[in-house]
Amino acid sequence: MSHLDALEAEAIHIMREVVAEAENPVMLYSVGKDSSVMLHLARKAFHPGKIPFPIMHIDTMWKFSEMIDFRDKTAEDLGVDLIVHINPEGKEMGMNPFIHGSSKHTDVMKTDGLKQALDKYQFDVAFGGARRDEEKSRAKERIFSFRTSKHRWDPKNQRPELWNLYNSRKNKGESIRVFPLSNWTELDIWQYIHLEKIPIVPLYFSKERPVVERDGTLILVDDERLPLEEDERPMMKSVRFRTLGCYPLTGAVESEADTLPEIIQEMLLTTTSERQGRTIDHDSNASMEKKKQEGYF
Amino acid sequence: MAHVSELISTDIDSYLKSHEEKSLLRFITCGSVDDGKSTLIGRMLYESQMLFDDQLSALKNDSKKLGTQGDEIDFALLVDGLAAEREQGITIDVAYRFFSTDKRKYIVADTPGHEEYTRNMATGASTADVAIILIDAKQGVLTQTRRHSFIVSMVGVKKVLLAVNKLDLVDYSEDVYRQIVSDYSDFAESALDIESITAVPISALLGDNVVERSENTPWYNGETIMQYLENIEVQNQRKQASFRMPVQWVNRPNPNFRGFSGLIASGETKVGDKVRLHPGGKESTIESIVTWEGELQQASAGQSVTITLNDEIDVSRGDIIATPTDPCGESDQFQSRILWMSADAMIPGRQYIFKSNTQSATLTLGKLKHRIEVNTLDHLPAKTLELNEIGVCNISLDKRIAYDSYDNNQTLGGFIVIDRLSNNTVGMGLIDFALRRSENIHWQKMDVSKESRAEQKSQTPKIIWFTGLSGSGKSSIANILEKKLQALGKHTITLDGDNMRHGLNRDLGFTAADRVENIRRVGEVAKLMVNSGLICITSFISPFESERKMARSLVSENEFIEVFIDTPLSVCEERDVKGLYAKARSGQIPNFTGISSPYEPPEKPEIRIDTTKLSAEAAANQIIEFILA
Repeated sequence: MSHLDALEAEAIHIMREVVAEAENPVMLYSVGKDSSVMLHLARKAFHPGKIPFPIMHIDTMWKFSEMIDFRDKTAEDLGVDLIVHINPEGKEMGMNPFIHGSSKHTDVMKTDGLKQALDKYQFDVAFGGARRDEEKSRAKERIFSFRTSKHRWDPKNQRPELWNLYNSRKNKGESIRVFPLSNWTELDIWQYIHLEKIPIVPLYFSKERPVVERDGTLILVDDERLPLEEDERPMMKSVRFRTLGCYPLTGAVESEADTLPEIIQEMLLTTTSERQGRTIDHDSNASMEKKKQEGYF
Repeated sequence: MAHVSELISTDIDSYLKSHEEKSLLRFITCGSVDDGKSTLIGRMLYESQMLFDDQLSALKNDSKKLGTQGDEIDFALLVDGLAAEREQGITIDVAYRFFSTDKRKYIVADTPGHEEYTRNMATGASTADVAIILIDAKQGVLTQTRRHSFIVSMVGVKKVLLAVNKLDLVDYSEDVYRQIVSDYSDFAESALDIESITAVPISALLGDNVVERSENTPWYNGETIMQYLENIEVQNQRKQASFRMPVQWVNRPNPNFRGFSGLIASGETKVGDKVRLHPGGKESTIESIVTWEGELQQASAGQSVTITLNDEIDVSRGDIIATPTDPCGESDQFQSRILWMSADAMIPGRQYIFKSNTQSATLTLGKLKHRIEVNTLDHLPAKTLELNEIGVCNISLDKRIAYDSYDNNQTLGGFIVIDRLSNNTVGMGLIDFALRRSENIHWQKMDVSKESRAEQKSQTPKIIWFTGLSGSGKSSIANILEKKLQALGKHTITLDGDNMRHGLNRDLGFTAADRVENIRRVGEVAKLMVNSGLICITSFISPFESERKMARSLVSENEFIEVFIDTPLSVCEERDVKGLYAKARSGQIPNFTGISSPYEPPEKPEIRIDTTKLSAEAAANQIIEFILA
């Protein structure tokens, strides 16, 4: 049995445990490559039946437009129930990362939006595509990660998780975040996408795209909401994205890689880690841990 | 050896092909605090070039700010991920790290060395194929080395690599190394059940014998740590064991398909094989093995599949599909080893939830046979287990389950203990063997029944269970209640603290464990009273919700009426009829409920009496109204 076979069997086992024991599970679907793998594994886990839970996207109104197209097409192709939630308060106040800053934008649209949606639909278990190799506090997190009724994570007081035996018991109002891809690395994910021919958002592949350079980061001119400085002119560059989020907060990398093997090759030869393109981790070393404690995925 | 192989730039397709073939090895690093576990992992990641530039520059920054290695890189900071860990410079929880070589992908569990986090270390050990136990050459074999080794052996890790670390601090002395290896071997031979122990002299900080053979230890000819990990044969014992698949979920997408989904725990099976279904023992044959890729002819340990059978048999989650040539055992009572993982001590007699593979049951922990003192491996008498203590005890379940001993099958023999109120995982358990007596005790069937005895007395038997603080008014109200019931022609009995503690329970004190046993016995006696057709009034503080729940579970649903005498502590203390609160406050009575021992108010009592608003007489009337309604 190869390591990918083992990881696949583990993820399927985890998903089936949740469906057998949860009252109302949901899969958080971020439209990224990890979500694509998770969704593919869910199809395998419940075959020949359908995926027995909805998928939910927490939309921030600032996602790349290609992500939204891909999301809607995927849901239709696979026949899964798709829930899209946008924080109505954030929408009303016209939340804009260019004006309000990345940190506030993320707090309101992602963290608060997620908590609102989980409360609104009374989901007691939510699958997430996070991996332990992404970041230091994730490396410490259990596969079944318990949350209080206020959605808080207590990293110092996690339940022991023995063998592949998961304790999914909780009191009313409490919930569990479950990470079936915990033990996958970025390379495993890419390799699996390659082997299984899993569709992913085209933004991962290089193409000539209009970008502007800000503080050393290449930002895609995705729509007319991007405020251009006076002397700023979008330039066409061959770029792609290693990670997908809100377009104003996600830097592109210059690249010629337009096939999966080329992407993998580039990833293996590159010298910066995946999340570096994301502004959220930069503030302080423990910022992800803090965000997670507050309810971020 | 790094993942940066020549092939990546020259022939990515061949590289990807080779990566597909890699096997997976899971290992843990353990040992005492400051033995250098995190440093070793950091070193391995560094040497296998799994660190990105930005991680390396962040690490260099952190090393200056928080590091303990002067101007050198402090590799431990790579793995200590929680803010509290980085601040305190210790590892609290197990961290999982990943790296790969041309041959294998590795999952490393870096486990904490502090005694108070032993439960997190056990979490890491439970999934490991190999354990690296580190020893500080300057310190030698320590208590925590023995504790971790014992747990490694207990959870069934069969291969141990003994890394004698910090050899640079003892001038790479062969004598020091030999002495430590010999000390450890003495301990391991007498106490542990480990197949192979391999020792390597290293310096994790400087990299000696981690990846490359070191010139500083010319007297050492064995493998380096990486060589050991690359070459170790992890016998696929699971594949060779008898076929077992716990059913996770029944897949019924349409009336024509009924499949049983699960991860094959051990052995292999193929289409047409005979299988036995536990519990119960019905037999059938495998009709098909369904996966998304298509049907398989055979499947083996580690695969997630969906099985259909040739017969219409009732199978549901928690059942085990097994081979009939070596079926599982079935029982409801076992001897087990337990590692306690909660700050609240284990209490024999209390009910918990048992979960093993996909089966759950109500669990009652029996009396401890003994506790194992890990330092000396002595068997000591014990009444409870505290956090991180290991003991042997009998357990009984409310139903028969399919099992194997843990030594034969980890999936079928391993279980967790869950607290019923907090839902926390509070213990790790390993089944040793089933107790025969559960097969031999049969309930005597009686012609005279509870119903006929109750009919004779023209009443519905019940337990009226008072709970509340000392001095809350339980006994006064119970006394009036019984008089009134008798006046109405009812047959009653009252159990209270005095008549129980002077007789049946006179061997019990007031520790939490004894309080639990006290209430367990009261519950059993009250049940006998109900069976005899009586209305049984019990008047005990009964401070813990779980024991009250247990008493409730002994009788039928409508037979248990919980009466919460809700008198605030301040009022009880002011009344202090027996002068007990004054004594408790001055420290003359230890473990006094409300003062030095907790009281858990009932969640949903049938009746709640507020004695600050209601007289004892009125309270008794309210109860009578309820039970005769």
